[in-house]
Amino acid sequence: MQIDLKHYPTKPFYDEMLSGTNRARSYAKRLVQHLRRMDNDELASRQTAAELAIKEMGITFTVYTQNDGAIDRTWPFDILPRILPKSEWDIVGKGLKQRVQALNLFINDLYHDQKIIKDGVLPAEVLESSKNFRPQCVGVTPPFGVWAHICGSDLVRDRDGTLYVLEDNLRVPSGVSYMLENRLVTKRIFPELFDDYAPLPVDDYPNYLFDMLSDLSPRKVDQPEVVVLTPGIYNSAYFEHSYLAQQMGCELVEGRDLFVNKKDEVYMRTVYGPQRVDVIYRRIDDEFLDPEVFKKDSMLGVPGLIRAWKAGKVSLANAPGAGVADDKVIYAFVPDIIRYYLSEEPIVPNVPTYRCMYKQERDYVLAHLDELVVKPANESGGYGMLMGPMSTRAERQKFERLIRRNPRNYIAQPTLGISTVPTVIGEGVSPRHVDLRPFVLSGKHTHVTMGGLTRVALKKDSLVVNSSQGGGSKDTWIVDV
Amino acid sequence: MLSRVAENLYWMARYIERAENTARLINVNAFLLFDLPAGIAPGWQPIVAISGMDEAFSKRYTEYSERNCVKFLLGDSENPSSVIASLAAARENCRTVREILPRLIWEALTELYLFAKENAASGLTKKGRHAYLKGVIEGSQKISGILNSTLMRDEAYHFIRIGRHLERADMTSRILDVRTVNLLPEETPELRPFETIQWMSVLKTLTGYNAYRRKKQTRVQRKVVLSFLLQDSTFPRSVTFSLEALQHSLLTLKNNDLLLASVSRLLKKLATTDVGDLKQQELHSFIDELQLSFIRINQLLAETYFFRAKGRQGALA
Repeated sequence: MQIDLKHYPTKPFYDEMLSGTNRARSYAKRLVQHLRRMDNDELASRQTAAELAIKEMGITFTVYTQNDGAIDRTWPFDILPRILPKSEWDIVGKGLKQRVQALNLFINDLYHDQKIIKDGVLPAEVLESSKNFRPQCVGVTPPFGVWAHICGSDLVRDRDGTLYVLEDNLRVPSGVSYMLENRLVTKRIFPELFDDYAPLPVDDYPNYLFDMLSDLSPRKVDQPEVVVLTPGIYNSAYFEHSYLAQQMGCELVEGRDLFVNKKDEVYMRTVYGPQRVDVIYRRIDDEFLDPEVFKKDSMLGVPGLIRAWKAGKVSLANAPGAGVADDKVIYAFVPDIIRYYLSEEPIVPNVPTYRCMYKQERDYVLAHLDELVVKPANESGGYGMLMGPMSTRAERQKFERLIRRNPRNYIAQPTLGISTVPTVIGEGVSPRHVDLRPFVLSGKHTHVTMGGLTRVALKKDSLVVNSSQGGGSKDTWIVDV
Repeated sequence: MLSRVAENLYWMARYIERAENTARLINVNAFLLFDLPAGIAPGWQPIVAISGMDEAFSKRYTEYSERNCVKFLLGDSENPSSVIASLAAARENCRTVREILPRLIWEALTELYLFAKENAASGLTKKGRHAYLKGVIEGSQKISGILNSTLMRDEAYHFIRIGRHLERADMTSRILDVRTVNLLPEETPELRPFETIQWMSVLKTLTGYNAYRRKKQTRVQRKVVLSFLLQDSTFPRSVTFSLEALQHSLLTLKNNDLLLASVSRLLKKLATTDVGDLKQQELHSFIDELQLSFIRINQLLAETYFFRAKGRQGALA
């Protein structure tokens, strides 16, 4: 049977491939033409081939269970690419650079003079109650004044087609390895699509990453020693850690492989003795980095690491404390932050956000709980949220109490009608909601990935894109048409 | 190469080798017992002794019955050297160094571990035991084959080779020790007919029976078997062969002086000792010395290459 795009629902959400009248959007025209020539069986067999390829390529994420220990699951992938036109991406890219530049200036300011608070743009209590502000980092100036070297911002498109930044991940954002592998899988599975399109390449990411990291080296040597620090095999992103280390030709180290000597220099234990380390791309959260400074019982970290970092003997990416700008209340201030540091208007908008710490905004939130999404300031992965339109009266009452007790800890946003992309489901294609996580590298230079990782909620009507909860991903194409 | 990675590779190889050798031991002992009269058959205690696990065994069992011993050697949770425990340890060591090795290794090792674990019950039955042990030995051989034919000859390969051959030398010497000292009481006229059978079983444990026949062209007898298994440099499971392989791999590494000196001394001692003429007690002392040297080599490897963080656990060892 032919793939049926005529009855494909393009309402009530914005579909990224087909317009409201089921016509192909201009940049997706050739893909749609191609699909119209295919039948459902052919499509299903491509999907099966992709799943096989992913298994063979060993693309996995790890789920830890009590009984079996760590289980590697193959990465759920949908073969239909998500396409964005280059003209749009150029603007988004500029907006992301602007945003990350402002965020880095902001973080650096918070750990130095805190001008933004003195100038009354950010209320002091927001910082005082921030979980991710690290007093231990006050006064440190990392190379180039950059704290968030790798930033993964999540973008979503609303009903009217506007792309919004939903959140910024400034601690240890993951997913970039899947962005790279997704492209490889598509090349294997849909080679003929590349005859019609030349999506802009993404494979150069490991080079940009390596160069950015090398530039951070405190020692001016030809080949600084850059390593990737992983919490180990039981971490859900271990595949990515080992993948990136491999792609960059770096050692993948665990905390126990490193030590800090009396001169505050970091070394790794190799078979031929200690070897100096210059830059650590750390994929361990702040709290576990150094038992001398943070969690005392952390077995994942390296005693003395913060000492070495503060002494300027080693660079850490991202810098400890960068997560302070990850806070969802701070998020609400990002447009002001951009205006304050850059004297520019934000290019990519924030989702309108109500800050419960302000009485007027709080009153609005409490009166509209059934329409809004309420989020706690410091949780990630969708935990502790209230989805207003789907909530019960009891849940709303619970959140009212929570908000009144600790207004600083909550923000609320309108429920977005997040965009969809045709996705292979059973026989044929159905719309599924997607988001987009581009990655921004900041150091001596700034680089934005061509597109990013598109995550897709594979369950009908679901908005949850996390791979551990039924989410998958798609290749993301930026095309110049 | 990171010390942790080298150490994991080394122990992975040792554990795979240990599992294979334990399977070989059980297999051949079972066959030997069929041939010996009930009154003088040594039973299974010596096999437990070979793995150095008498104490752990007696904590758990009172009787060295066939079932108890085989169960203990195959998969008892109290026995860290059992076939299944060894394979589990090999796999844990492999897990963190997967990206260094060809993908096939992890898959073959997982397959072998699951096979050993899931079929353990059948390995305990007289009927199923042979097929089970054969499966374990073949699984280990398959991994050796993949390693030999796909692994780059870099440090990873050499640490694996060192682990495998040190374990093998250790196991061959243990087998000789127990077989010569504990297996049969002092030689007496009525045991003479069975002596040949006993030495044949030693050779068979190490897949050395045919090799012995071709190389030595003489009947199976203590003096010649001892020389063959300790000194022959062409038979892959002899102590000398294993140590020479280890020596060859050490030569590719830096900072090897102490280790090479230690291995050379040992090889020289093996070559210059008339092993066939050693009386039982002398042989026992000689093998004791070998074992101490193996422990020393293991320590030297750790000191030279496996720098560990103080107070932290190293690889599963």
